[in-house]
Parts: sequence; C-alpha cells; structure tokens
Amino acid sequence: METVADGNDVADVDDVFELAGEVLSSRLILGTGGVPSMTVLEEAIAASGTSMVTVALRRVVTGVPGSVLDVCDRAGVRVLPNTAGCFTAHDAVLTAKAARDAFETDWIKLEVIADDRTLLPDPVELLSAAEALVSDGFVVLPYTNDDPVVALRLAQAGCAAVMPLGAPIGSGMGIRNPYNLAIICEQAEVPVILDAGIGTASDAAIAMEIGCDAVLVASAVTRAERPAEMAEAMALAVRAGRLAAAAGRIPRRLYAQASTTMEGRPDL
Amino acid sequence: MTTGSAASAPVEVTVNGEPRRLPEGATVAWLVDDMGAGRRGVAVAIDAEVVLRSSWETTLLRSGARIEVLRAVQGGC
Repeated sequence: METVADGNDVADVDDVFELAGEVLSSRLILGTGGVPSMTVLEEAIAASGTSMVTVALRRVVTGVPGSVLDVCDRAGVRVLPNTAGCFTAHDAVLTAKAARDAFETDWIKLEVIADDRTLLPDPVELLSAAEALVSDGFVVLPYTNDDPVVALRLAQAGCAAVMPLGAPIGSGMGIRNPYNLAIICEQAEVPVILDAGIGTASDAAIAMEIGCDAVLVASAVTRAERPAEMAEAMALAVRAGRLAAAAGRIPRRLYAQASTTMEGRPDL
Repeated sequence: MTTGSAASAPVEVTVNGEPRRLPEGATVAWLVDDMGAGRRGVAVAIDAEVVLRSSWETTLLRSGARIEVLRAVQGGC
C-alpha cells in the first residue's frame, strides 16, 4: 500500500507523540485484559517501554486490597481508564464519570460494544456517549470500527483521538481492512491509535506504516506464551513501522525494476 | 423516612448487587472503608449517579439505595 507513507505526515521519526496536549514517551499503549497475573503484567509493561496502560472498572470484592494500580504506580505509567463492558451510552457515560473520580483524570478510553460475540463497537451509542462526555470536559479516546465516516464524526464531535480496530478484540487477525485504515489516517486531524486485532509484531508495524500515530495492544501481549518477550517485540515493531513510514517506501510494481544498470555489461 | 424513629434503625441497601444492612448514620466513606479495598482508585455510584469522593464523608446512605463500589481491574482492549 502506498497510503500516507510518503514522509509528509511523519517527517520526523524522533518527534514526540502528543495526545490531548500531553507528551507520551512511547507510541505503544498497553491494555491489561487477559493478563494471567500482576507479575506478568509488570514484566510486560517494563519490556514494552509503554508510558500508558489502560484499566477497567469493576465491582470491589470485599477485603481484597491492592490492584492493577499498584503495578502501574511501580512502573511509573499513566493510567488510562476504559469503559470496557458497556453496551449503552448511558452505562459508558456513568462509568466514565466513576473513572474520573476514581483516577482523577479526565481521560477516558471509550468503549461501547454492540454484543458479546463480536465485541464490535456500536457506532450509534458510541457517538452519543462521545458527544456527552466531550461536553462534560472529558478527553475522549473512542474505540471505533474501521469506518472512515464514523471516525470522522467522532473527531468532529471533539474526541482527542480516534481508535479504530484492526480486527475484533482478541481475535489476533491483524488489520483486516488496511484501505479503510489508510483513509482514516489520511483524513484525521486527531491522532489515530490502532486498537484491537493485533496478533503479532508485524501487525503493529503495518499499522504504523499505514500511518497510525500509535498502537494499543492487549491480548497479543497478555495472552502470548511469553508476554514480556512479545511486549518487547511490539515495541520494536512500532518503532520499525514508524521509521519505515517516514522513510518512504518504494512503490509496488507488477514487474521487476532492475537495480543494476545494464551499462558496462560485459559481452560474454 | 419518618422522623423520631428508633436510633438504631438499620439501613437496608444493595451493595454491588447484594443486600446489606448498614448501621444508621453510615456514610459512603464508612462503606468504602468497610469493604477493605482502600480508597485510591475506587469510585462509588448510588442509584446510577456517581458520588464524588469529596462528598463521601457527608453522604448518608439511605434504605433502598442501590450502591455500586468500583475499583480498577485489569481489562479492556
């Protein structure tokens, strides 16, 4: 794909990743869903080099102190609350408000899913929740379909970024519609963060090559046989993809293009 | 609520989906501490409204309230 990887949008690879006016030191964001233990999570965070980790809100289980927050504290990473498990704008808005109070942050990764089987975002409820939260002062980072129109509408509604999926959550299917993703990247005036579907490191690299500003990975790391090793692979892939996007790839062509001149060829 | 009721009238509420009987005068702060998960990263909603932590000490729990006490867990994509 030629897409936006022509260097115009990503001229300086060492540029900082700025999101909602804040500078993040890594373009890899780590999700925590599916992690087998807090020890594994801590190792994965360290290996990933991430500076932001997303967490969910659930009911307190009486008498169980300590939490994923302790791990985030020790790692020195920013906590990005999410609205995982919400099916309606009402539930998502309430969860976001609870998260704002719990974590003292206006940032919310907005997830409003349609059903349990696909976990695909419900675009109607999502946009409704995004509008409500933006007007309430939240920095809204919405998990959305790979639909350029919905992504545009979310950005127009005041979201601080758009987070299109590559494939359904936890599917590991990579980027199923790179052309849609390219359109989203090309038209976006807010950062584009690839969210969901990454299966292995090359998927993350491709997302960055297409023009994404960052990648969020959860299951591909947390459910890998060796999460810390996969976390490191993801960090390298994000970096490689970013570099490649800025470097300006050669065009695809059907036939060969000789790399060696015919001039001076000996007559054998 | 009638005024002048017995001082020890219990407060019947639902906490995280389970019925609970709390002492009269119990506040949100009392409940959160009683649940033993600390206060950091904890949020409380009563009848689908978030109770800001700045109000926990002064918010009395009333019979019939549906209370959700939430905390951070691993999760989300």
